[in-house]
Amino acid sequence: MNERDVLITEVALRDGSHAIAHSYKVDQVVSVAKGLDEANVPYIEVSHGDGLGGSSLQYGLSTTNEFELIEAAVHTCKKSKIAVLLLPGIGTVKELKVAADLGVKMARIATHVTEADVSKQHITKSKELGLETVGFLMMSHMVPVDKLVEQALLMESYGADVVYMVDSAGAFLPHEVKQRIAALRQTLSIEIGFHAHNNLSLAMANTLVAIEEGATRIDGSVRCLGAGAGNTQTEVLVGVLDRLNIKTGIDFYKMMDVAEDIVAPILHTPQEITRGSLILGYAGVYSSFLLHANRAAKKWNVDARDILVELGKQRVVGGQEDMIQDVASKIAKERAVLLRGNK
Amino acid sequence: MMRKLKVGIIGSGNIGTDLMMKLIGHEFLELTTMIGIDPESDGLKRAKQLGLEVIENGIEGFINRKELADLLFDATSAKSHIVHAKILNDLNKRVIDLTPAALGPFVVPSVNIGAHITEGNVNLITCGGQATIPIVHAIGTVAKVNYAEIVATISSKSAGPGTRSNIDEFTETTARGLEEIGGAKKGKAIIILNPAEPPIMMRDTIYCVLENESFNPEEINDSIHLMVKNVKNYVPGYRLRMEPMIEGNTVIVHLEVEGAGDYLPSYSGNLDIMTAAAVKVAEEIAQYDLAKTV
Repeated sequence: MNERDVLITEVALRDGSHAIAHSYKVDQVVSVAKGLDEANVPYIEVSHGDGLGGSSLQYGLSTTNEFELIEAAVHTCKKSKIAVLLLPGIGTVKELKVAADLGVKMARIATHVTEADVSKQHITKSKELGLETVGFLMMSHMVPVDKLVEQALLMESYGADVVYMVDSAGAFLPHEVKQRIAALRQTLSIEIGFHAHNNLSLAMANTLVAIEEGATRIDGSVRCLGAGAGNTQTEVLVGVLDRLNIKTGIDFYKMMDVAEDIVAPILHTPQEITRGSLILGYAGVYSSFLLHANRAAKKWNVDARDILVELGKQRVVGGQEDMIQDVASKIAKERAVLLRGNK
Repeated sequence: MMRKLKVGIIGSGNIGTDLMMKLIGHEFLELTTMIGIDPESDGLKRAKQLGLEVIENGIEGFINRKELADLLFDATSAKSHIVHAKILNDLNKRVIDLTPAALGPFVVPSVNIGAHITEGNVNLITCGGQATIPIVHAIGTVAKVNYAEIVATISSKSAGPGTRSNIDEFTETTARGLEEIGGAKKGKAIIILNPAEPPIMMRDTIYCVLENESFNPEEINDSIHLMVKNVKNYVPGYRLRMEPMIEGNTVIVHLEVEGAGDYLPSYSGNLDIMTAAAVKVAEEIAQYDLAKTV
């Protein structure tokens, strides 16, 4: 019985980790996972924001070991499958194996959109471990359509069951999503997914366009609990798709309750499109840079927007959080020189 | 005149060819031989032009001409190195291994070459290890490092198929090097590939968490600067991007490595630091041997 036209993956317990500086605790994960499971969400992703092994000084240390969180989520869910994210170069197949042993059912292997070939090792291993395996092409907005298709084909050739176009910066405009998902749909024989960020307030619009063009896997974050301005807001998406007669199989009322009663209190501040996240989308910068840029701005007494715009100019990719300090210090130094010059 | 140590290179790819360019005309390392398996490779063609002995059938060819070199650089692959290591050991030849095979002890010239100067087979860890372990070690000489984490960012163009097909090998081997040679209680390594055009230079960020805050920041700063100077001696493009930062009990160091551009383009500092370290290790071995025979 096929009761779902699109399969939604809830990413608040992974992408949302960025927004709360990787501070998830077991009881929070248990209550969110329980709510999502009862709402019949098919997949729930749980990991450090930067994927397995992401706990680091570069990205932020996890308050609670991610494997404890994953284990708790697996034990809590009766129907929902638990997924993990892995970025080759940060996490390794060793961590993937641990996750699989804990009962995870899906692995999403993420690379920068031009670097799909580093995922072969991990996609192969993930399949060997019997996991449903997703290729996750991050920062997809940085390349033309043909490059995206070429890299997606590589992931398909390694055995991925699904390939996602990931708008890590929340930078895509709807017509760009349309063009790209259509091209992927024409070329690939596996399912296509789309992961949005709401930095330009386009997550919902882009998601709907992606579905129209044939994407059947969609990411959402309940209450927008994701990096930057968050992702496509899951409970809203469920309602909108219901109005469109597209079946998600998710209980709309229960999903709203999870958002309002369980997730809202976890947020340190409500998710809004702040000037910082707006600039992420505008300048095409990795969404998880936001909190780091805000901290660096404070430390060097510069405008976070200047840091983010400069990072965009330098075409910095996901994972290069160390460049934030670098750029902030240079902006501060340049300003100091300028001030001295004026005296 | 100083007696020279006869050396050869196995592998005529990018790394082997860059090594060749670094060794041509060396003061006391005499490069005699280039060993490859592809006569059409740029490396072997250049070797011929430069008047080196060229062996086109790999290690097998060298067995018959073993008088050509006493020390070999292996710039092939981990898999091939396992075969080469056995043969070279039987021939009583020394080898500096630039592959990730990690059969011999890890060596970083500015840190621990002295301990392995007579070893038959030494391994150069990874490019990220060569760039960052010296700094961790430098901090470790004046404070206790509980945790060392490094992030190496390299241009996509400089990441070859070997690195790409087994990127876990990089993170795991580098982490091990941070502990075993860097002296950190726990090590972690991250590698990022950046496809920007023009290609970016290799960048490394090192975070060291010290056991407590009872350290002398000046000592740490001086130790880092001294080490940067030492590494610069054999990797001229090795430099700090900004002054080391100390936040609480964490030391943060930002580096970049520009390649010398001997054969590989200058953005590929990650490859240059490997070939430069290999030459430095060979120099140390040669000088030690020569001193011994005097």
